[in-house]
Amino acid sequence: MTTTSVPTGASATPSRGLAEVTASEASLRRFLAGLPGVDQVGAEARAATLATRSIKTTAKATAIDLAIRMIDLTTLEGTDTEGKVRTLVAKALRPDPLDPGCPSVAAVCVYPDRVGLARQALGAASLHVASVATAFPAGRSSLVVKLRDTADAVEAGADEIDMVIDRGAFLSGRAMAVLDEIVAVKQACGRAHLKVILETGELVTYDNVRRAAWLAMLAGADFVKTSTGKVQPAATMPVTLVMLEAVRDFRAATGRQVGVKAAGGIRSSKDAIRYLVMTGEVAGNDWLDPDWFRFGASSLLNDLLLQRQRMATGHYSGPDYVTLD
Amino acid sequence: MTGPMSFDYAPAPESRSVVDLRSSYGLFIDGKFADPADARSFKTVNPATEEVLAEVGEAGPADVDRAVTAARRAHTKVWGPMPGRERAKYLFRIARIVQERSRELAVAETLDNGKPIRESRDSDLPLVAAWFFYYAGWADKLEHAGLGADPRPLGVAGQVIPWNFPLMMLAWKIAPALACGNTVVLKPAETTPLTALLFADVCRQADLPPGVVNIVTGAGATGQALVEHPDVDKVAFTGSTPVGRQIARAVAGSTKRVTLELGGKAANVVFDDAPLDQAVEGIVNGIFFNQGHVCCAGSRLLVQENVHDEVLERLKRRMATLRVGDPLDKNTDVGAINSAEQLARIRALTDVGDAEGAERWSAPCELPAHGYWFAPTLFTGVSQAHRIAREEIFGPVLSVLTFRTPHEAVAKANNTPYGLSAGVWTEKGSRILWMAERLRAGVVWANTFNQFDPASPFGGYRESGYGREGGRQGLAGYLA
Repeated sequence: MTTTSVPTGASATPSRGLAEVTASEASLRRFLAGLPGVDQVGAEARAATLATRSIKTTAKATAIDLAIRMIDLTTLEGTDTEGKVRTLVAKALRPDPLDPGCPSVAAVCVYPDRVGLARQALGAASLHVASVATAFPAGRSSLVVKLRDTADAVEAGADEIDMVIDRGAFLSGRAMAVLDEIVAVKQACGRAHLKVILETGELVTYDNVRRAAWLAMLAGADFVKTSTGKVQPAATMPVTLVMLEAVRDFRAATGRQVGVKAAGGIRSSKDAIRYLVMTGEVAGNDWLDPDWFRFGASSLLNDLLLQRQRMATGHYSGPDYVTLD
Repeated sequence: MTGPMSFDYAPAPESRSVVDLRSSYGLFIDGKFADPADARSFKTVNPATEEVLAEVGEAGPADVDRAVTAARRAHTKVWGPMPGRERAKYLFRIARIVQERSRELAVAETLDNGKPIRESRDSDLPLVAAWFFYYAGWADKLEHAGLGADPRPLGVAGQVIPWNFPLMMLAWKIAPALACGNTVVLKPAETTPLTALLFADVCRQADLPPGVVNIVTGAGATGQALVEHPDVDKVAFTGSTPVGRQIARAVAGSTKRVTLELGGKAANVVFDDAPLDQAVEGIVNGIFFNQGHVCCAGSRLLVQENVHDEVLERLKRRMATLRVGDPLDKNTDVGAINSAEQLARIRALTDVGDAEGAERWSAPCELPAHGYWFAPTLFTGVSQAHRIAREEIFGPVLSVLTFRTPHEAVAKANNTPYGLSAGVWTEKGSRILWMAERLRAGVVWANTFNQFDPASPFGGYRESGYGREGGRQGLAGYLA
């Protein structure tokens, strides 16, 4: 997320024509409620149709490499040790140790207390370190703690912060509280990019997903992200579809492009390719870049590598031909 | 490796080799393929390439007579007296064979018709199987259909079907007829006879008694000989309104029962509180599904004036992503126009649209050099007085009109001699019901379009025909 000609939303310059939207709780709620509704049946049908696209040969090879470059290789476990993080970094840099042509992933994603270690393990490599913050995954803590959590990760060298929104506040209609918190965290991020996790599995309806996505973008999010991966369901095609429509419409309205990260539950190459198809056809080709679309995943990478090896050799290998991590 | 990229899909052609087409086909009469008496034939071509697919027999009056005689004999001796639960077994068997052979049938349909394989595979073939499964279930329950204690079959049904959904229209016609104990003589359209002839093989595979299903291929004269045949008890037709009129005239004064499913000029009504992204999908699906060769196509978009610009912007952006081209490619969204004749008609009517002052916009796409093609197109600035707002174009052409109030939307939607279908897009449930009460159309879709189900009756008002196909209501056309 470094080089791009499209202006990214540094510290939430109020979006063109939308400045008055965030002026008051009432205006914000009115705006979000006034967004076009999402018909559940129609949205799911559209996602299902896009999933029937047949991506073969050269297109598949392109898609697999692109998907690898879009991965935030993630470990978010209570059991994460130093060794685990070092392994993750090594894998992120050279996903396929036998093939130097295999691209690196976009970033490694770890808890804040592992950021420094990941940064150190990366050395001079340009790979990003992303960190979850703001009392991930529940987000149930005071703003002071959330900001300190964020600052900690940034000070330790995080390039990207994945925050969670306050779903309780959102569901009880306190949109301004959610917005203010995102604005504050964005400020605490400094130069780090901010991904805002909507935790769509807890928002439940597509209408809520669309409103939360707009809310996050109005607050200055650089990315909107589906899920923590700790709640089921995590990323789904229709949820991501609604978010892709939101970032597309937001750019049309404001000129500012926001990225989308689908996280949790995407494990196969086939699924990843379907998300790329959807991104290209719904948001547009501008989003088909690691700067604008990410997968939050751990096991997806190995399946992409197996498919990549098969494209090169013509036959399937097996789980022992990719590295455990 | 930075910066936006384009993600071009490599060709993903479905294999042609899954279907084994013969170079020539005869007529399917009394369980056997036989050449027409006068040995006349015609060619059927792939509209995407203009390549000849096969020579097909052209049935004359003598052949039609043989087919009707075979159907009468089968009805009297075998199919009519057979208990419903036995007839059901055959229909279930046909449904399962259709499923087993669905890939082959889908490829054949796409080759002969020009529709994308995605649609023949995911829409046509599943519906064909569903229709046979559904009516198989009715065969032993007819006394509970609300049509009397002991409803009887009519006898021999003469069925004439169009080229837009060849196998699906065959299923809509044959499944209820057979379930009710009738036998059939079916004439497929002259540009799309192949899947009906493959279906004849499905009937043989299912051990259907000879004469229960007969397929006579040919053009208008063959159809005329069939509907005018004195021993036909029931005429079922799907096609254009002018031909429907001819049929109604031909059978007037006879005891033949008739159902007609004819043209349409459906309104797809989008209110300002619609779920806009899904409405855009519904508009696209309404008019570009099957290249707009759909009698119930949403060919008139009625959009509330205050969201006209926004809807049009979204619609054009979406249309630009439609993939037009090789129908056998699994990623194709819009295939070929079915025939040169139909393409000429679409061109003529769209030229009138230009001449009458409507503004044409076509999705930017490269059309193949051979075959019959027409880019997805819309006209804005259309008024009720324009011919493109009144006449059925039967192609991928959308006329966009506006309205200001719900009353005006209803008035404009109903201001057509047709009345087959309509769509309503709004998040307000009460408005959906209010609209549905007032729209004069056989089907009203709410927040969706072009959805079909064998359990749901389908048919028109006024110049869109009469009678219902599908559901319990669909049995009425085949029982006395």
